[in-house]
Amino acid sequence: MAIFALAWQSLLNRRFTAMLTVVSIALSVTLLVGVERLRTEARLSFANTLSGTDLIVGARSGPVQLLLYSVFRIGDATNNISWKSYQDIAAHPLVKWTVPVSLGDSHRGFRVLGTTSAYFDHYRYARDRALVITDGRRFADLYDAVLGAEVAERLGYRVNDPIVVAHGASDVRFARHDDKPFRVVGILARTGTPVDRTVHVGLEAIEAIHIDWQSGAPIPGVSVSAEQARKLDLTPNAITAALVGLKSKVATFRVQRFVNDYPEEPLSAILPGAALSQLWELIGIAENALLIVSVFVVVVGLFGMLTALLTSLNERRREMAILRSVGARPGHVFALIMGEAGFLTLLGSVVGLALLYLLLLAGQPVIESRFGIFIGISALSSHEWTLLSAVVTAGFVVGGIPSYRAYRLSLADGLSVRV
Amino acid sequence: MIIDIRQLEFRWQADSTTVLSIASLEVAKGECLFVKGPSGSGKSTLLSLLAGVTTASAGTVRVMDQPLERLGSVQRDHFRADHIGYIFQMFNLIPYLSVIDNVLLPCRFSARRRGQALARAKDLETEARRLLGHLDLDHPELHRRAVTTLSVGQQQRVAAARALMGTPELLIADEPTSSLDTDRRESFIRLLFDECREVGTTLIFVSHDASLEKLFDRTVDLAEINCHATGTVGA
Repeated sequence: MAIFALAWQSLLNRRFTAMLTVVSIALSVTLLVGVERLRTEARLSFANTLSGTDLIVGARSGPVQLLLYSVFRIGDATNNISWKSYQDIAAHPLVKWTVPVSLGDSHRGFRVLGTTSAYFDHYRYARDRALVITDGRRFADLYDAVLGAEVAERLGYRVNDPIVVAHGASDVRFARHDDKPFRVVGILARTGTPVDRTVHVGLEAIEAIHIDWQSGAPIPGVSVSAEQARKLDLTPNAITAALVGLKSKVATFRVQRFVNDYPEEPLSAILPGAALSQLWELIGIAENALLIVSVFVVVVGLFGMLTALLTSLNERRREMAILRSVGARPGHVFALIMGEAGFLTLLGSVVGLALLYLLLLAGQPVIESRFGIFIGISALSSHEWTLLSAVVTAGFVVGGIPSYRAYRLSLADGLSVRV
Repeated sequence: MIIDIRQLEFRWQADSTTVLSIASLEVAKGECLFVKGPSGSGKSTLLSLLAGVTTASAGTVRVMDQPLERLGSVQRDHFRADHIGYIFQMFNLIPYLSVIDNVLLPCRFSARRRGQALARAKDLETEARRLLGHLDLDHPELHRRAVTTLSVGQQQRVAAARALMGTPELLIADEPTSSLDTDRRESFIRLLFDECREVGTTLIFVSHDASLEKLFDRTVDLAEINCHATGTVGA
């Protein structure tokens, strides 16, 4: 034990360089565990982009494609679902609720989604959180629109502002539905999901703005005014996709089979969770790269310690000869350096963790409001413990190098110092 | 006999030339022996052998009737901790320890010396202060100063106090006065003598400075007794 007291006093004597080593290890540990935490939370948050929905139904296609256009509003549907098919699915005895989704229009680069009020009841994200309207209300009138948080922020919209929807994904003059302007009635809270970048309108409104259109262009010579359209039957012929909630999870595969085998048109039903994790595997390469980078930062931090210890050895050869003269064994000299390396690594890890939790505490509200990722301030997960113990083990292994060198030196030097 | 060397041969490697070869050297308990010899006469090698850092290639080195070559390296380290005090030529002190902590070092590695120190005083620190006082370092302000701010003479006296802490049987001093002024050398040696005589410690004092010879009981000229002095190796 005497040798560790000596190691401590020796370290105190070199407290400035020791502190720098601790700081570099601490920062690398903060980065490593922080990236791991963020990675886990981002994955969880992504997997929960759409929760509470048991099935997504669309025209027959692959699960990722259906997910991309129905949830992420990326790309276009290959085909629509007829209103009748939708009604049939909604009427299935195991189906609890359905939310129709109609896509195809946009507003200044943001997708317009036609749906019903049920969307606000059933859409869930990030572990069962419901949509919240921070300003205004849901759509009630035919030409009401509810904006996602990012749409409102980027375009500077407030409640009661008028907006004009354009046909298709590109906003060009001749393709605008400028005869039927909408009015912003509500703005949603940030979710960190594609909802933020969506303009929500009623399903009937989608029908109304297209009533005098055909094949993607206005019918020449036909014009139905906004007020006239109100009097017409606005039941759609088709929708793009539907979100489906079931009475029991157990029924998922039965209803999925019912949809996939639907005789009147080719449809697909996908499990959003499964499709989301499939998609994450595609984009997850980036997060792995991030982890690898932070592992290298830890390696660099430990190399810093190695350099500091090795350069100090030559100055400390006399110290070791003195210790040998009072009866220290070469093993003591090994323990002296090892104790120092171990202490620096452990202290670095503890400081790093403390820093991480401070950052999490400070950053949690910001990350949640900016990116919609909720980072729980929980104890270390077993995976994080594994990472941390790997760092500490690596610290001891790295510390073994100068320790062994000091051991060899003190064996060779004995009581004389040949510098 | 506290030291009894017979037919000693030492070479660094089995196939290298012999650097030290002593037919016989005996030192009686309580003796103050002056070992003189120019560089290369094998002084450092002899001290390493006596301190048990290295062992004889042939022959035997007995210290306190214990043939050191029969001990393992760990046992020799223990033996040194328990029975031997050592003073270097210079830079004897560990810079990050206080004066008192430097003096207490042997007690950290040897229970025997801790016990012997405690037999003389109520606690280790009192014993350290007492020793420092005997070596003319009794000013409390000195004990608090960083050891690097002490003069060379003061540092050597702190080293002597450390070497004497816990009354080891053998005190080895490797040119301890070579960094001191001439007039300080004698007073340092006299202080060392007083302490050694008081507790019966045997002193092996190595120096190339022949002017100190007259102060000692006996002188051994290493150049004479070492049949293999080369003048180049093992300075």
